Amino acid sequence: MAVVPPAGAAALAPNSLQTIVRHGLNGTQTVSDTPWLDQDGQKPLVQIKGVSKKYGDVTAVDNVDLDIYSGELFCLLGGSGCGKSTLLRMLAGFETLNTGQILIDGVDMADVPAYERPTNMMFQSYALFPHMSVEKNIAFGLQQDRVPKNDITDRVHDILKLVELEKFKKRKPQQLSGGQRQRVALARALVKQPKLLLLDEPLAALDKKLRKQTQFELANIQEQVGVTFIVVTHDQEEAMTLSSRMAVMDAGRFQQIGTPTEIYEFPTSRFVADFIGSANIFEGRVSEDGADHITVQTDAVEIFIDHGQSLSVGSRIWVGLRPEKIRIIKSDDAASGLNQISGKVDDIGYLGETSIYKVELPNGQIIDITAPNQSRPMDREQRITWEDKVMLSWDPSSAMLLSS
Amino acid sequence: MYGKRSRFLTIMLTLGLAFFYIPMIMLVIYSFNYSKIVPVWGGWSLRWYNELFQSQEVWEAVSLSLQIATLNATFATLLGTLAALAMVRFGRFKGRTLFGGMIVAPLVMPEVITGLSLLVFFISLNELIGWPAQRGFTTITIAHITFSMAFVAVTIQARLTGMGQDLEEAAADLGAKPFKVLTAITLPRLTPALVSGWLLAFTLSLDDLVIASFVTGPGANTLPILIFSRIRLGLRPDINALATIIILVIAVCVAIAAILMLRQQRRDLRDQQLAAGEG
Repeated sequence: MAVVPPAGAAALAPNSLQTIVRHGLNGTQTVSDTPWLDQDGQKPLVQIKGVSKKYGDVTAVDNVDLDIYSGELFCLLGGSGCGKSTLLRMLAGFETLNTGQILIDGVDMADVPAYERPTNMMFQSYALFPHMSVEKNIAFGLQQDRVPKNDITDRVHDILKLVELEKFKKRKPQQLSGGQRQRVALARALVKQPKLLLLDEPLAALDKKLRKQTQFELANIQEQVGVTFIVVTHDQEEAMTLSSRMAVMDAGRFQQIGTPTEIYEFPTSRFVADFIGSANIFEGRVSEDGADHITVQTDAVEIFIDHGQSLSVGSRIWVGLRPEKIRIIKSDDAASGLNQISGKVDDIGYLGETSIYKVELPNGQIIDITAPNQSRPMDREQRITWEDKVMLSWDPSSAMLLSS
Repeated sequence: MYGKRSRFLTIMLTLGLAFFYIPMIMLVIYSFNYSKIVPVWGGWSLRWYNELFQSQEVWEAVSLSLQIATLNATFATLLGTLAALAMVRFGRFKGRTLFGGMIVAPLVMPEVITGLSLLVFFISLNELIGWPAQRGFTTITIAHITFSMAFVAVTIQARLTGMGQDLEEAAADLGAKPFKVLTAITLPRLTPALVSGWLLAFTLSLDDLVIASFVTGPGANTLPILIFSRIRLGLRPDINALATIIILVIAVCVAIAAILMLRQQRRDLRDQQLAAGEG
């Protein structure tokens, strides 16, 4: 459900930032935190319907459908060449579609040129105008809309305050550090109060420490101004930290769309399970399909899963197990029962807070297990070391069914 | 090997530089020669400069050349920029490859052919529509524009390609209409290339003897035509004086360019220090 104030309510306030912060940019406030589940609730802000883009013989984006709701911070995640940037550029109006339709706020964007779209973009290169000061860079967009001079001054001032760059407003972009340039780019894109902000790898040019810090800043700013963000990134950690929902893209298609938790805990394919975090993957056949569970017989072990869809007995399936979801104890006993398997430690990686164990199973497969280093290494009895016999086990809820 | 200064390389460099500059130095020295016969030294004098400044013919040629060069450079820059924009920013259009080839063709065309074809063209045009009635200022200017435009187009094209499209897209994204993007972003960013394109076209026109000789008419002597026709009557010291003045003007221009570049370098360094200082 959404509360819709009179049209243009946000646009008339000159002291805009306060307005933005209190009411959200578009004036709409999402009551539901998960509008995508709300079947008869609000209309999606962005509707992507059957969109494809080809460059000669190469298909960059392949018949994708996606709805994004007002107030979301949506991440498009994928490796290079997966089509995520092309999709973003189509939203901004820099690329034409071969097939399909993009609607923003219910309006078909087919004949709307980039300069008339209710979107703004933050470029990976930042694309700051080198011949203009920080202040003029930010004012540029407002001048195009013929906003009165006094309002421009106020709004530029407010946004500079938000990104903490008031001191630097007279500087040229080349007189700023990478982090400052990134904030100018963000401010310039935000100051026009777009319905939709498109961010192309917004943090890629920053070094690792600054990137982590900026991730949280970016999410905070998004929350404060309430603009809908679509972020393109190749960094899965960034996508997990930032997004309300994300889409994992590969070869021009969405492999899975969901919240970070859904994607991590319930990946539907081997690609997603392996792309987000890491996973041990077992191939097997369904041996039993109960009302509230499913059993999969694999080469190494029989896996009992207390969730998942109904599948016919005998069908081929893959099961994923996250390394941190497997318990490991030192034991000479043979495995007895479901979700249990014995093995031999092949290698150990000590990372300080956790250790990675590479364990060889009776069938020769080697799987990864991560476990926190809770006990001090003095405790020799319990400590697992090379060539030790170990027992592995996991909860019936831990295994993930992967369809392909 | 690179650390030690090789005597061989030093000698070759000296010889090379000498080959370039000794003729010019000789020309400058002989321009101050009193003697009427060039290779005979008759003592220092400003006689030929005096004669030069009195010669109306020379100053008319200088003035004609400068007018043609200025007009040519301006039009060539305008047309060359438009051609380059079409090539780089308009995506794929029908006949793009042909268009691109036709833009650069004048670069590889022998000047004699260009000159001859233009002469034939102007004569036939005169037969057909009675214009140009007389060859001279207008025909030389048109001829110069046709070939120097190609040089400008190539210069601007390289710069446009190197600039990328990010800034223009960003401006459009912020609501700037195409014409506004051109004036607020593209042209300011192109300024260095526009200036160098203009100067290149200016120099090419000032320099041209062959094409101008073909399409000129009675009384329209550009400076190269004048110098060349005088040389055929034998070396004359007043031409040396004129050449010395031209060398001086060029030297001053180069010095100004060097100072501007040095300043830019200092500014870049300061910017980097600023950026690093409060990062």
